[in-house]
Amino acid sequence: MTKKIKLSELGSLLGGLDIEALEGVKIEGDVEIDLGQMGLNPQMAYALGHETAQIAFHLMNISKILGYPVGQMPGAPAPATKRLSKLIESKFSVGRMEEWKTNIQEVVLGATSSDGGSRKSTVTLGGEGALPYYFDAAMPHRNHITMDVFDMPINMAKAVKGNYEDVINSPPEWAKKVVRDFGADMVTIHLISTDPNIKDTSPSDAARTVEDVLQAVDVPIVIGGSGNPEKDPAVLEKAAESAEGERCLLASASLNLDYARIAEAAKKYNHVVLSWTQLEINAQKELNRKLIKQCGVARENIIMDPTTAALGYGLDYAYTNMERIRLAGLTGDTELNFPMSSGTTNAWGAREAWMVSSPLKEDSDWGAREYRGPIWEIITGLTLSLAGNDLFMMMHPTAVQVLKEITQTLYGSKEAEPFNLENWVSAVI
Amino acid sequence: MKLNSPLQVYKYLPQINCAECGDTTCMAFAAHLIDRSKKLENCPPLLKDEYKKKYMELQVLIAPEIRDVTIGIGEHAKKIGGDDIIYRHQLTFFNPTALAYDVWDTMADSELVERVNKIQNFRKFYVGKFLRVDMVAVRCVSGDALRFAGAVKKVSETTKLPLILCSFDPAVLKAGLEVVRDKNPLIYAATENNWGEVSELALNYKVPVVLFSTDLDKLKSLALTFREMGIKDLVLDPGTYPQGKQMKETFDRFIKLRRAGIKEGQKDIAYPIMAVPLNSWIVYKDVVTASYWETVLASVFTVRYGDIMILHSLEPYAMLPEVHIRDTIYTDPRTPVKVAPGVNVVGSPTKDSPVIITTNFALTYYTVESDLSSNKINCYLAAVDTDGIGVEAAVAGGQLTAAKIKDTFQKANFDFKEKTTYGTLILPGLAARLQGDVEDATELRVLIGPPDSGRIPGWMEKNWPPKQK
Ligand code: B12
Ligand code: SF4
Repeated sequence: MTKKIKLSELGSLLGGLDIEALEGVKIEGDVEIDLGQMGLNPQMAYALGHETAQIAFHLMNISKILGYPVGQMPGAPAPATKRLSKLIESKFSVGRMEEWKTNIQEVVLGATSSDGGSRKSTVTLGGEGALPYYFDAAMPHRNHITMDVFDMPINMAKAVKGNYEDVINSPPEWAKKVVRDFGADMVTIHLISTDPNIKDTSPSDAARTVEDVLQAVDVPIVIGGSGNPEKDPAVLEKAAESAEGERCLLASASLNLDYARIAEAAKKYNHVVLSWTQLEINAQKELNRKLIKQCGVARENIIMDPTTAALGYGLDYAYTNMERIRLAGLTGDTELNFPMSSGTTNAWGAREAWMVSSPLKEDSDWGAREYRGPIWEIITGLTLSLAGNDLFMMMHPTAVQVLKEITQTLYGSKEAEPFNLENWVSAVI
Repeated sequence: MKLNSPLQVYKYLPQINCAECGDTTCMAFAAHLIDRSKKLENCPPLLKDEYKKKYMELQVLIAPEIRDVTIGIGEHAKKIGGDDIIYRHQLTFFNPTALAYDVWDTMADSELVERVNKIQNFRKFYVGKFLRVDMVAVRCVSGDALRFAGAVKKVSETTKLPLILCSFDPAVLKAGLEVVRDKNPLIYAATENNWGEVSELALNYKVPVVLFSTDLDKLKSLALTFREMGIKDLVLDPGTYPQGKQMKETFDRFIKLRRAGIKEGQKDIAYPIMAVPLNSWIVYKDVVTASYWETVLASVFTVRYGDIMILHSLEPYAMLPEVHIRDTIYTDPRTPVKVAPGVNVVGSPTKDSPVIITTNFALTYYTVESDLSSNKINCYLAAVDTDGIGVEAAVAGGQLTAAKIKDTFQKANFDFKEKTTYGTLILPGLAARLQGDVEDATELRVLIGPPDSGRIPGWMEKNWPPKQK
């Protein structure tokens, strides 16, 4: 049985190709292609981009699609490629990371009554033997979230503020709310009123606030200073004393303040030190070394904060800094193999998180800001979770909920219904 | 790449130090080949016949570990894959993850056009450029080849962005290919069931093709089989489960594929990887929940090795973080983030226009510059040389000082008497503490602007021209 294909049909089949270029290709009857005058091996010519040969090659392909017996075409070359009728069998395998030999230090926050504290539960961070969620070694502890509480009303993005208006004047009530309603694993009390440039409240006032918060909730807590390098050591000392035995995280020791005093307070009253540096792996190493060697802080009492910059505002630095620190730890740098903490709340500093709309007329519409803020916080945290961050300091309840969901999914503790992956192609969404 | 030291590469170069490549020595050029800032074609002698063999060898030896695949044609064509490293600090990731947003063939024409326009017109200014999205994925929902071809036609008439044709039915894919055969679309997907026919399409239309299987043995079989048939432009979809333990296993598969491809040099599976965060929409019906989760999945697979992904949500709160996280991961850590210091003109300033101070950190400078120009504020904008540090950190670290500010105007020969009526500088709100020092050093009046440059327009309304003292 012979089928004929007309030149005009070919023209439309060939679409974009210039029909005049078909000169020199004779088509007869059963899609015969006469390559006589060309004097070239068509396959070679094709490879060289010879126009006519290219057309011929296309013709062959089309014929094949249309079901013509291409191999029998006079003068036609053997196809450039073979056709296979069976899949080539194979096995995939890949090795584990042999160079990850050192585990991250395990650190426990909070102490129960049996350990001299009054917390109902504790939080354990660290212990990893691989990058987060990698199959090379099981991740012993999930990520945890500590939510921010301030000791006085502060400026907050509108989307955040709405959640705290009823408790903004009461740190204990605020702390209760984040644990009870928003699923915080821990609470951070920021003693910002102690800043001499803000209210200059006394270290004893601060200590009382810490006691109130410890009374109000039974989860482990983080005690944060105001960030004032002159005042913070005194404030954290006093707060540490009033929280004796509770294994709080003291935030923070840094190179630009008297870190030795903070280390001393942690040792004396049984707390953990947050070793905070600004996006610099060598500075982080230096501070950790000083805390261990010079101040005698035990390894199980150190957590690092290598600094968090928001998505679009230096997250590239923050991400890579953390990833490098974690890789250094896993490959044997015992001055860097500590759990990490992130001030994820910094994400709210990004204008995309809080501005009503873009200040640039050229931008596409930014949409409603109440949805932009939480996701900015989520993606900032999520990115760092992939780099090795263990503990997240956060503010927005939705951000907390979603970050928990994804980090616990990657950790492997979430179940899901069976799912057919082929459906999306034809799904009505 | 197989070679990793300039010395190894040097052996293949002409070694005549002719400097035609722009480097003074062949060794320097070798280093640039290694860090991929130059191409073989930049060395003219190497292209001559006598070096042909070396050129060909070198081409193979310095090819990236992960094959690169081009989708689309012309200026909108997008290259994906082509990576050589596992962590971005080791060099940089090349070819940012291509973001494709879906349309489907049961949409009315007007809806379709509107959605495609939304995709191709999306833009977000960032550090001197616009962040955009890259592709349109056309899904066959109708199951009808003709209808699919119609939708593909409409889309291709509306945009020059590359297309992904999505169906497991080879007849549908073929109908679509007929319409855009000269546009080098990506076809989705070949599976263990349809691979025979789909491979024919890939061969006949010479288009890149996605291989889909959640079983990595099967995926490798497919890749080997296609490669054996001469199809090199492959993309691997190991399946993106949206939830639960299966999602974690998806994450494992991405890591395994990339580790095998780069660390272990397993050429057989060293292809770009596709993620489908769109699957979020199969489990969540609520727009905000589905969009949030889709963005979360997109971010995970931007950080961990997705080279191309298919997405659905066009909500700004989904697209903004998606383009930003991609930029975050693919920013070249080797490129300086500074702009040239100096006094620049924004718009067409007159003697009554303000003189504004900022730093030469690219993120800061471009943010401020665009806030000003977009709001049609004519002014002089001084980029002080802070070694590429932003305002707050530069004030804290001592790179932004009164002396530096004075110096910037002196070097630019900027004469305040001649150029300005008010003899006034505006400092960033975050540099407020420099006010007194700057007044003393420059003998000019110094005003403190708002903390965020996005607020300059509103601030100007109240504070400019400056009130007489
Ligand atoms: C990234 C970062 C770094 C990076 C800087 C990278 C770089 N190229 O700039 C590195 C790691 C180097 C760094 C180092 C340090 N940092 Co730092 N860093 C940050 C971080 C995380 C983000 C800063 C940023 O990039 N912002 C984005 C840019 C675009 O903002 P911007 O330059 O301020 O520009 C905006 C405004 O100023 C305004 N604006 C700009 N120009 C103008 C002009 C006019 C007229 C107006 C009206 C407005 C305006 O609009 C812009 C857009 O919004 C912040 C914390 C945070 N805020 O999240 C800390 C921060 C700025 N760093 C801080 C400190 C202390 C330091 C160090 C001194 C730490 C140390 N002890 O080593 C060093 C100093 C290093 C140096 N100067 O040499 C402090 C500053 C505290 C203070 N107020 O004094 C901050 C706030 C962190 C903190 N909470 O402690 N840092
Ligand atoms: S152009 Fe080629 S031969 Fe000449 S210096 Fe550069 S690398 Fe060497």
